[in-house]
Amino acid sequence: MHNSDEFRIPIGPQHPALKEPESFSIALKGEKILGVDIRLGYNHRGIEKACEERTYIQDMYLLERICGICSHSHSTCFVQAVEELASVQVPKRALYIRTLIAEFERIHSHFLWLGVAGHEIGFDTLLMYTWRDREIIMDILATLTGNRVNYGINTIGGVRRDITDDHKRQILEAMEKLEERINYYIQIATQETTIIKRLSGVGMLTYEEALKLDAVGPTARASGVARDVRKDDPYAAYGEIVFNVITDSHCDVYGRTVVRLKELLESLSIIRQLVNNIPEGPISVRVPRKIPAGEALSRYEAPRGEDVHYVRSNGTEKPDRVKVRAPTLANIQAVKQMLKDRQLADMPIVVAAIDPCFSCTDRMVAMKSEKGASVIKWQELRNYSIEWYKKHGVDFTELNKKLA
Amino acid sequence: MKPGRMLYQVLSSLFKKTATLDYPHDKSQKIKGFRGRLKAYPQRCIGCKMCMRDCPSQAIIIKEVGSKQFEAQIDLSKCIYCGQCADVCPKMALEITDEFELAQFDPEKLKIVFHVELKKNT
Repeated sequence: MHNSDEFRIPIGPQHPALKEPESFSIALKGEKILGVDIRLGYNHRGIEKACEERTYIQDMYLLERICGICSHSHSTCFVQAVEELASVQVPKRALYIRTLIAEFERIHSHFLWLGVAGHEIGFDTLLMYTWRDREIIMDILATLTGNRVNYGINTIGGVRRDITDDHKRQILEAMEKLEERINYYIQIATQETTIIKRLSGVGMLTYEEALKLDAVGPTARASGVARDVRKDDPYAAYGEIVFNVITDSHCDVYGRTVVRLKELLESLSIIRQLVNNIPEGPISVRVPRKIPAGEALSRYEAPRGEDVHYVRSNGTEKPDRVKVRAPTLANIQAVKQMLKDRQLADMPIVVAAIDPCFSCTDRMVAMKSEKGASVIKWQELRNYSIEWYKKHGVDFTELNKKLA
Repeated sequence: MKPGRMLYQVLSSLFKKTATLDYPHDKSQKIKGFRGRLKAYPQRCIGCKMCMRDCPSQAIIIKEVGSKQFEAQIDLSKCIYCGQCADVCPKMALEITDEFELAQFDPEKLKIVFHVELKKNT
């Protein structure tokens, strides 16, 4: 890729434009970006491995700390998988409370994002305003759960704290205040010339590219991909709630802003429905410490996109394997596409537009050569799996034809 | 479309009260039910070690120092204030308080140590 008129600059691992250590190596021609190499791994904490040494209860608190913003997402996703393994019927009231916290989290995450995006484009007034309004939600979360972040509301088999009528009143009052503020921000985003001009046409990701690169969450929805786990595979109480999946056809950072803002209004409506329809009953059921052997995959729509947890149990108190696919890992490939042939100055806002959480994303692959490990290509792996299933009496040829 | 849509709000907030609190002088915003410092009731403890087993950060160590005698140590510098120990305790010997100002110069002051002696007939 090296030629004489190409200039390579490293951005990160430590860089003022990035909020977390991550390395981008950018090939430039003048101000134009020719290509980007992204290196993950500067924030690796070995959480998945650490989960194998701890009990399910301890893992829940550990996994909650994968991300400071979508902490409830990770803990709920994990707890759902464990509850499926243990075949527990979680009480309805607990599911409603979980969903309620999840929507509060979405609101505070989107507010935070709006502020950060404002900061990245030099609009710090927006940062101050959104973060001030975010405090309304943070206070409610602290009252309901006992902490501003890492709520610790989940437990295996339900939730740990109930909500009272007093809480309900507080929530509904705060929603009134927030609705006014959100409407104001929507008005700002759709009318303020500086925002529209700065964000339009920046970080383009077409519908086809979003599908091809497996973008998730608001990033995908801003490219017109109506994909939302809450709708596609309802978990917790989402099956009983009426809401819309917000999409936008702008396909750029402006579209992502609009999607997030409109999602805030949807979240408000979801919260009102939850508070008004919350059923009475217990908030948790007892689950034995030893979880039956098996494996489970759980999906969850975090504020940033689809979060996937895989848990394999061997029948003891500790899981055999926990695998986390955080939304940023799915979106990071799209960043490469968004930055290609764009201006270098757009880089901070394009990276910020997927609402990256690099510490959620960091992975490590270690290969031990003594056992004859080797790298094989994706197609070879696919062929190998098809052959393997053929040997075991399952033939996918017909199904493949249908899918093609 | 005209620029400066936010100008009116920006100017009007010059004359409004600040959104932030004058902490530590103003401590009015104390949140009820906040998960802060742990409080232990040694006389209720039975040394079952349930809290020690469940603590995600290994902040609780309970040692058997003699026949039916235990020494419990809670290290608040390791504690993540999740409150799982208080949840799991069968005798309610641990309680979460809303005290959150825990900074100390001396790490020893962050340790809660107590001794438990069970009656012989229990």
